Amino acid sequence: MSGFLSLLRQTARLMVGMPDYDAYLRHMLTHHPDQPVMDRTQFFRDRQEARYGGKNGGKCC
Amino acid sequence: MMTRHLPWIAMAVIGAVALSVVAVSRGEAVNALWIVVAAVSCFLVAYRYYALFIASKVMRLDPSRPTPALRRADGLDYVATDRTVLFGHHFAAIAGAGPLVGPVLAAQMGYLPGTLWIIVGVVLAGAVQDFMILFVSMRRDGKSLGELIRMEMGQWAGTIALFGAFMIMVIILAVLALIVVKALAESPWGMFTVAATVPLAMMMGAYTRWIRPGRIGEVSLLGLVGLLAAIVYGQSVAASPFWGPIFTFTPLTLCWILIGYGAVASILPVWLLLAPRDYLSTFLKIGAIAALAVGIVIMAPPLKMPALTQFVEGGGPVWSGGLFPFLFITIACGAVSGFHALISSGTTPKLIASEGHAPMIGYGAMLMEAFVAIMALVGASILDPGIYFTMNSPAALIGTNAASASAAVTAMGFPISPDLITQTAKDVGEHSIISRAGGAPTLAVAMAEIFSHVVGGPAMKAFWYHFAILFEALFILTAVDAGTRAGRFMLQDLIALAAPSFKESKSMVPGILATALTVAAWGFFLYQGVTDPLGGVNTLWPVFGISNQMLAAIALMLGTVVLFRMKRDRFAWVTMIPTAWLLVCTLSAGWLKLFSADAKVGFLAHAAKFSAAAQAGEVLAPAKSMPEMQRIIFNDRVDAALVALFLAVVLALLFFTIRTCIAARRIAAPTAREIPAQLVPAE
Repeated sequence: MSGFLSLLRQTARLMVGMPDYDAYLRHMLTHHPDQPVMDRTQFFRDRQEARYGGKNGGKCC
Repeated sequence: MMTRHLPWIAMAVIGAVALSVVAVSRGEAVNALWIVVAAVSCFLVAYRYYALFIASKVMRLDPSRPTPALRRADGLDYVATDRTVLFGHHFAAIAGAGPLVGPVLAAQMGYLPGTLWIIVGVVLAGAVQDFMILFVSMRRDGKSLGELIRMEMGQWAGTIALFGAFMIMVIILAVLALIVVKALAESPWGMFTVAATVPLAMMMGAYTRWIRPGRIGEVSLLGLVGLLAAIVYGQSVAASPFWGPIFTFTPLTLCWILIGYGAVASILPVWLLLAPRDYLSTFLKIGAIAALAVGIVIMAPPLKMPALTQFVEGGGPVWSGGLFPFLFITIACGAVSGFHALISSGTTPKLIASEGHAPMIGYGAMLMEAFVAIMALVGASILDPGIYFTMNSPAALIGTNAASASAAVTAMGFPISPDLITQTAKDVGEHSIISRAGGAPTLAVAMAEIFSHVVGGPAMKAFWYHFAILFEALFILTAVDAGTRAGRFMLQDLIALAAPSFKESKSMVPGILATALTVAAWGFFLYQGVTDPLGGVNTLWPVFGISNQMLAAIALMLGTVVLFRMKRDRFAWVTMIPTAWLLVCTLSAGWLKLFSADAKVGFLAHAAKFSAAAQAGEVLAPAKSMPEMQRIIFNDRVDAALVALFLAVVLALLFFTIRTCIAARRIAAPTAREIPAQLVPAE
């Protein structure tokens, strides 16, 4: 059940362009352990800017 | 071996039976569920067989081949994502106002033509396009449509396509804004609730910025409470002798407000207004679509619109022209939408975890959108046809009061009493429902009908009507400022081809200039639509449909080129058939819009008629003065030029496509420029 809920939560967040923070953290720790990582707030702001900055073309009609 | 096909054969039989019930019954009322069942079974069978055929035979998808999300994984843009999560993301990005509006407008020909076109169109064209572009982009590091065309068809083709996409964006924004104007003009209740979303979104923005950063769910729930309060409170605002008039705007004032809003909103920081409103509109959209599906199933309403109306031949009041080619451009989104090519080559290919997920994301999500379009069509068709034509005919045809509208619509062959018109307006809490073109108000009345049947009864109709208007206006406004931003970057890229310094992001000037140009461009068409005596939707929607379908043709031509260059030309009919159909529809629609001698259809004939009258010193209705005559003539010529431009773009790309395909056939080895799977080692 908690698996289903977390899937639902991830879906809702990605619908508004917010990827999974834990996945980001895992990626950084596995592949770039030497580099600094963004905390949740920085990650949130970074992704917000990336989605709505305009480069992604946004949404459909 | 055979047994695994049995359920699917059964499904196909159910679909065929449902479809024939929809198609052949005349006279007695058909239940809307037949359409739903027909569509769902056709979609499932198409997904199981056609999508699988394309995946395994045409594209030869290879689940073991690393996708961009694996090869370039960075935890940010490139993230291997669970396929149901990605399906939601992709669906939310492709489904907007289009699939809700087009089918409502198409209902003027009856429910049958639209139903058939949505089902056949999505299976053979729309879903194929989305899937194909996703495939092409996925094999090329998630590059965008313009870059893909440049890679496979050359620099010129890429630039022309980019330019075409920018113009399409302009028209889309103008049409969407026009729908909002049509829905909110003279409606203080609707206007108040939509206006209230601006401070509400800003509060949400501040909350996610400083108070609880990143808590999207939490802030969206708070926002939802605010929205519902705004709808409830809006009724008292509208009724108040002081506040009511303050929130009552004429279409023209509203047009200027929207243009100003677009200019300001698109340069505000994204976290302040755009992002939080996007949360609200996205979740509300998904919720409302799900609720609509449940509502239709529970209510199981009979269809009141006839299967075919006399407007199949042309001469309809909602939009001009006959079934061919105009039905096929009126329903773009839902059947096949070129704009999706930009989404399928946007974020989705960077997030897909395995090539094996591509059919579900590319083909499946588009089927889902077609289902939304089917629901919109059902919504429009369960209304009394008299109400439908009262709401969607221009005031120039039916006048502005209940008596004149009732007389005119009854004369069309859809009897309706003045009392019913007044009563319907009263039920949904509006002053008037006459000539509320644009699709959104009609759908809102239908949603109010369905939702109030399930929750709240007739007393809740006005609430649900304004809920539906709010939900449509909200995501259109989000699209307007997101689109203005996207248009700005497209324009900067285009101008930078001539003047490279224009891309310079250090200076504010190019950005502001490009934003101003973009807003001016869609503002021009919005203003034209709002002041158009024929109601605007009549003029702008076909131009939008033509442009959107042309982009789809371009995307499918890219798919064809890629298949030829992969040496899979044996299967290129998969993209060539829908390309050919779209070219036939858009080229003939474009041609008729330019050169039809019927002044109701052809822009140039209309301009000629008015300029001949102007020279003779006459003022033709619906113009009321000489300057209005001049404006109509000028608008006609601008629209004609625009259609000519779209025709030129699509013909140029057809030329590049044929040239590239011939070149590819002369070479024995594949020439498609896929990015080899091993090129970039996983980090």
